[in-house]
Amino acid sequence: MQEVTIGIAGAAGDGLDKSGDTLARSCGRFGLHVYAYNSYQSIIRGGHIWLKVRVSDRKVTCHGDKLNVLVALNQDSIERHAREVDEGGFILFNSDRIKCEELLVKKGVTLLPISMKEVTEEVAKKFGPVKPIMQNTVAMGAVMHLMGLGTEQTEEVLTDTFSAKGQEVIDMNIALLEAGYEYAKKLVSKPIFVAGKWETDKKRRPFITGNEAIAMAAYAAGCKFYAAYPMTPASTILHWMATNAKKTGILVKQCEDEISVANMAIGAGIGGVRSMCATAGGGFALMTEAVGMAGIMEVPVVFVEVQRGGPSTGLPTKTEQADLFQVLGASQGEFPRLIVAPKDIADSYASTVEAFNLADKYQLPVLMMSDLLLSEHPETVDAEQLSCDVKVERPEFIKEWDAEKNGKFKRYKFTESGISPRALPGTPGACHVTASDDHDERGILISDMFTSPPVRRKIMEKRMTKVENMLKELQPPQLEGPANADVTLLCWGSTWGVVREAAELLNEKGIKTNYLCIKYIAPFHTKEVTEILSKSKKKISVEVNFTSVMAQFVKMQTGVSMDGHITKYDGEPLEPLMIVEEVEAQLASKTKDLSVSEAEAMEMAYHYLRTHALEKLRPSTLKIHSKNGSGEPVWEIELAERITGKGAGTIKIGSNTGSIIEFKQETPVKA
Amino acid sequence: MATATELPVELFKGPVDPDWCPGCGDFGVLKSIQEAAAKNGIRPENLMVVSGIGCSSNLPGFITSYGVHSLHGRSVPVATGVHLANTDMKVVIVGGDGDGYGIGVGHLIHAMRRNLDVTYVVMDNQIYGLTTGQTSPTSTLGHKTKSTPQGNIENPINPLALAMISGATFVARGFSGEQKLLADTIAAAMNHKGFALVDTFSPCVTYNKINTYPWFKERVYKLEDTDFDPTESLYKSLEKSYEWDEKLPLGVLYKHEMPTYEDGEMSLKAGALVKQPLAINKETYKSLVEELI
Ligand SMILES: Cc1ncc(C[n+]2csc(CCOP(=O)(O)OP(=O)(O)O)c2C)c(N)n1
Ligand code: SF4
Ligand SMILES: [Mg+2]
Repeated sequence: MQEVTIGIAGAAGDGLDKSGDTLARSCGRFGLHVYAYNSYQSIIRGGHIWLKVRVSDRKVTCHGDKLNVLVALNQDSIERHAREVDEGGFILFNSDRIKCEELLVKKGVTLLPISMKEVTEEVAKKFGPVKPIMQNTVAMGAVMHLMGLGTEQTEEVLTDTFSAKGQEVIDMNIALLEAGYEYAKKLVSKPIFVAGKWETDKKRRPFITGNEAIAMAAYAAGCKFYAAYPMTPASTILHWMATNAKKTGILVKQCEDEISVANMAIGAGIGGVRSMCATAGGGFALMTEAVGMAGIMEVPVVFVEVQRGGPSTGLPTKTEQADLFQVLGASQGEFPRLIVAPKDIADSYASTVEAFNLADKYQLPVLMMSDLLLSEHPETVDAEQLSCDVKVERPEFIKEWDAEKNGKFKRYKFTESGISPRALPGTPGACHVTASDDHDERGILISDMFTSPPVRRKIMEKRMTKVENMLKELQPPQLEGPANADVTLLCWGSTWGVVREAAELLNEKGIKTNYLCIKYIAPFHTKEVTEILSKSKKKISVEVNFTSVMAQFVKMQTGVSMDGHITKYDGEPLEPLMIVEEVEAQLASKTKDLSVSEAEAMEMAYHYLRTHALEKLRPSTLKIHSKNGSGEPVWEIELAERITGKGAGTIKIGSNTGSIIEFKQETPVKA
Repeated sequence: MATATELPVELFKGPVDPDWCPGCGDFGVLKSIQEAAAKNGIRPENLMVVSGIGCSSNLPGFITSYGVHSLHGRSVPVATGVHLANTDMKVVIVGGDGDGYGIGVGHLIHAMRRNLDVTYVVMDNQIYGLTTGQTSPTSTLGHKTKSTPQGNIENPINPLALAMISGATFVARGFSGEQKLLADTIAAAMNHKGFALVDTFSPCVTYNKINTYPWFKERVYKLEDTDFDPTESLYKSLEKSYEWDEKLPLGVLYKHEMPTYEDGEMSLKAGALVKQPLAINKETYKSLVEELI
């Protein structure tokens, strides 16, 4: 078993996402597993982008803690990420414009300066000038050597990528790739891995995001109607749907707002087609009234809520898992609903298919909760896990109703199972109204003039019976990892992938750890979860939010409290070692240090300069001062001019409060 | 939809009697919709009446057809969804002025600009009836209501002008006191291909003591008795829509042929969505997976 993590850093517009994609697909075709994560996914041109691609010959479920190769596309990237590269790793950069000082990097890290001018000289002679963005291909070639992989798969990928642009462009890119590969081969005789060491099963694996998996599953499940209003991180479902609508035949509708989206999706559900919509927390807030309508009307419809950093507009491009109570509490009153939170991409696929089947079977809204990390990170998935040969189950509809023989059609007939027969609009003899006011078996209102307490009691019981029955067919959550562990971690959603790895590390360290991932939130497996947790020793919840919402919810359902909580609410996902360290600290009863760390102080300085000095300055050295009259220790960061390297001022940051106490600039930067 | 043979209006008699106050304008609208559907030969199972919330929005419960009684202000998106799922159904949206021009006006404008192929009958009583008499988006200046005891200080919306500039292709006004004309107008609206708005004076006898039957009777006149041509120009129609106070025109103010949203939607080329098979083309699916490798 071996693995390698490659980081690509640069400015938005440098084309690094394309390079990351090429790299990942090459590995995917080679039969390796890839997990990629893009933090700082700046949408604005010039903003900093940091993409991590983890490659392994066994399945990996998070981006991990390591960094073996850094491909730095600008100077900033060297300064910000060079020190993260682990011993034995490599740093690649274009030495024509980027410098990397030895003291920036850890011991045992090899610098691999590439003079792009030199390396691409021959290619330029043959094909013409090499654009800066094409230099990424050279870097990819070098990376393939460092990984101990040939260029064969990458050449195939490039051929496919540029097929529309003609043979000349394909040939040029392949030439650049090979130039990079040969150059690295000349300089590095001992790459990180050698060919043949990778235990690949040679399966070609698709590289896909969580949102794409949801969209494809919806298609496979027979979804015919998709409505949305653009909102990160749900928009890529809309994009997939719109891009492929011509092939799939799905009606894709961008609406005027999310209120319209939800109501239209429900309308389509009433009309009889499989219908879905998706949004982020803010859009879902607008949908809530409609969710309850689908509940009382008993309309099958799938809502996808992709969480991002909140509240309000919050952190549009950052991850968080803090919308649980919004989704649980969506809409007034009580009604049956299924809330499901898949844990990874393959599960997003399977859960979406299941969502459509259960929505149809139990005639209710299904609310699927994803999160930015799960929805937007791409990963390789076995093709079988995306198979279109899925179980698509729809109950029979009434085809025609003979009222003379059978009496008036009862759309909401009281039954043991709570499930009533459905006749779609257009069915002769079965005319009825689908109403948001409460109603009797025939759909006739019982709300105003003719309120009937017993009928209301019975229709409530009919609807709520469906919940109990549905719970019976849902897979209860199961402990993963060793039995009788000392530590049990509780998690949900994409955090499962990190917890899984953290638990492995803890077990290796001799701290016996298992974990429980909650997938079905409503209805909830109260009995099973209570049983598991009441037998667990040290129980710690792990969530990307401030208030440990899943732990709160589990306590509400089971009465079992966690012994500790691991939280993260800075917009970035958890990493395995963070969990390991926190578990150890909690076992040792250490309280968490919330002061600003050195790395955070540096990050704050970068951010401050980005907004206040137009990135013309950069932080250089950093010191902490205790006696300074500010009432707290202060990080003092020297600033330098980006181009000349000359001293340009200081920033002082309170190490407890995180407040920018002072920003002194020697000569103000001209706009 | 080609005009089929007329059907007996009794087919559309509802399962329960309306619970509106005696004399409420909405009775005339209900009768007109039933007559229009019968006249156009639309069978009850092929008629879909979608409403929001309000006294007027209770209408779907009083007619035999398919219906959705949705949320306050949301009849238009719900109707859009139902119609796009099953374009073989004739969709008539009904509701109040508060429902359509207040809380739901955003959806209305967009449905009109899409020229969705539906008919929308607004029972405009210039008041919130169900919530016992507050001001509405069409209440006139100075109107004293429960929520404006000193008199309304906001200008009313002009629904007809709004519809015309938003892209509706059939804009008409009805009055439930002129029930025969209203039935004909709704029938024409239903036959129109594209978005048809029929703003209908439907007096609330309980809460609106200003815009009463006699108040309307004094002012309304029929466009069909004049030489006005609703197809002549948008500008002439807009001008007509601003006639208020002294004279209130009834009938079709604007009519224009334009492609509908449904015409442009490629997924409908294969027929109504609900009638298309659930099973997908596996080759297409496999090619989509292949794109990811
Ligand atoms: C979201 C929401 N807000 C408020 C209400 C309360 N409400 C019900 S009907 C109505 C207004 C009704 O006025 P209109 O649409 O003109 O119908 P009318 O009763 O006059 O026919 C209001 C405010 C509601 N049902 N839902
Ligand atoms: S309150 Fe007004 S609108 Fe409502 S039913 Fe009575 S008369 Fe009609
Ligand atoms: Mg009204």
